[in-house]
Amino acid sequence: MARLRRTRQVPGLLASFVHVDAATDAIRALRAKGFRNLVVYTPAPNHEIEEALDQSVSPVRLFTLIGGLTGCAAGFGMTLWMSYDWPVLAGGKPIGSVPPYVVIAFELTILLGALSTVAAVALFSVLMGKRGIAYDPRYSDDQIGIFVPTTSDQIRSIEQLLRSAGAVEVRHEAA
Amino acid sequence: MAVVVPPHPAQHDGHVMTQTHAEVTRDVVSTLAPASRGYVLLLLSAVGMFLVGLLTFLMLVKDGLGHAGYQPPIFWSVYITTFVFWVGIGHAGTLISAILFLFRSPWRTAVYRSTEVMTVFAVMTAGLFPIIHLGRNWVFYWLLPYPNQRFLWPNFKSPLLWDVFAIGTYLTVSTTFLVFGLVPDVAAVRDKASGWRRSVYSMAAVGWQGTDNQWRHYSRAYLYLAALATPLVLSVHSVVSWDFAMSIVPGWHGTIFAPYFVAGAIYSGIGMVLTLIIPLRRALKIEHMMIPEYHFDNLAKLTLLTGSILFYAYAMEYFVAWYSGNPFEQTTFFRRAFGSYWWAGWTMIICNALVSQLLWFRKIRTNLTSLFIISIFINIGMWFERFVIIVSSLSNDYIPWAWDQLNPTWADWGILAGSFGWFSMWFLLFAKNFPIVAIQEIKEMIPMPRKRGGQH
Repeated sequence: MARLRRTRQVPGLLASFVHVDAATDAIRALRAKGFRNLVVYTPAPNHEIEEALDQSVSPVRLFTLIGGLTGCAAGFGMTLWMSYDWPVLAGGKPIGSVPPYVVIAFELTILLGALSTVAAVALFSVLMGKRGIAYDPRYSDDQIGIFVPTTSDQIRSIEQLLRSAGAVEVRHEAA
Repeated sequence: MAVVVPPHPAQHDGHVMTQTHAEVTRDVVSTLAPASRGYVLLLLSAVGMFLVGLLTFLMLVKDGLGHAGYQPPIFWSVYITTFVFWVGIGHAGTLISAILFLFRSPWRTAVYRSTEVMTVFAVMTAGLFPIIHLGRNWVFYWLLPYPNQRFLWPNFKSPLLWDVFAIGTYLTVSTTFLVFGLVPDVAAVRDKASGWRRSVYSMAAVGWQGTDNQWRHYSRAYLYLAALATPLVLSVHSVVSWDFAMSIVPGWHGTIFAPYFVAGAIYSGIGMVLTLIIPLRRALKIEHMMIPEYHFDNLAKLTLLTGSILFYAYAMEYFVAWYSGNPFEQTTFFRRAFGSYWWAGWTMIICNALVSQLLWFRKIRTNLTSLFIISIFINIGMWFERFVIIVSSLSNDYIPWAWDQLNPTWADWGILAGSFGWFSMWFLLFAKNFPIVAIQEIKEMIPMPRKRGGQH
């Protein structure tokens, strides 16, 4: 994808790990040195890595809430407005009868809540994700990758840090 | 603040957790190997059955619904029966993928993808039936509220319109849930594939790399999707049941209908899950991922639970019919057991209420042959349950002069066969082109190796 869009490669070091505790050691050491913009690849969500990175709560939940509330309001608003827009007496019930409309409002709450959740993930994870960061196919299989964006003056000491933490491979990524 | 989404309780079960991450990828990717001759034959027969249905549908469009066995007083028959049957099938998938996710049941991981696929294709099949049943299929969009020249809006007080929203939402949300869970797995397949397949999987993986940021949003969103899908699945079959319960036809007009239908839906769905995955695990050589003593035992326990709820619901229907003192209800239920549809009524009771009770025995629960046979009984029994509810109630309602029998025709059976072909076709195509076992969720449960040894 990066190549298709001609994104410029971010220079840095790409370290591969087999052991999860080695990766968390490296993350903690790098963060202690002031590296905050690491990119960590894992084959599955891993809570030890999450703890080491000290991540904040994903803002996705706000989108779920807004989507759900919008759906609920849209459900009641649509059914009531349409009932009064062309009033037809059906089944001897009031023109705008709320109990049957709960079903519609409920379904739309779920529908818009779910769709906005997925849209939020697409926005944050794919569209707003960092581009031009080196990747290796092994990270979707069984290895953990840590990308450290860095320039040449610190590169030796960081490579040393990664290797002593237990990296099985460290790759230099040029711009 | 560090946020730790609670991990799945890792199941350190000796015979489940023997795999490493690399082995999981290898085993699941190998299910996508070139198709065998048996697979092609199965796919061709599914397509053939679908074509029978398509041809029947074209005849119905050309000549009208008169080809089907519709005659007064029975205007809901095989199509509506099959509609409820397929919607019900879908429910087990969402139960396993969403509700058991919230309950943190570790055994769901290996089987949930196949059940979720079953859900999406079953609801896709079900969605066709109201449209087939409309007669004038080409104006099906009149069901939707859209501004039109007639200045008319749909009647939102009608349960049939609730159905449009419930089934539409269910299809959309379950498809979204499936595709969402599939993205990281497609990325794993992409990284193992080569040539044109790699390009196709790359596009499908939408740039997924498994970065910490991606997982952070993904895990949260998955939790919320599961939390949204849980009330949805309970609501959908409740709404389907209200199609019946809101009317005053004897045998339909009961408050027990919503829970009774939801339990029946999950029961029928797990029956279909068993029918599908018992042959599937052997065909795809993933026997070690779905084992009888663990996954199938738990599936069978769910079947037993929902089957017992059905047993209770059947008993309660008869009790309430008698206790109500309403002669119409009493006659309807007497005729269900001893009237002209006695054979359908007893098929339903034997296949659903009685056969499921065999699952009290562990030997039967963990034996795949017996489970497969029971699952066939469940599929037949649950189709007949809907047939009994719909047709037997309609055929004898308030005026004995109007009573009549249903005479299903080739058009009814053609569409029924076509629906099985349509469903099987999609399921088979999916199983050979996408990971049918969730790669990343299984990996999440396997502890990664540690240089200092031991477990976390």
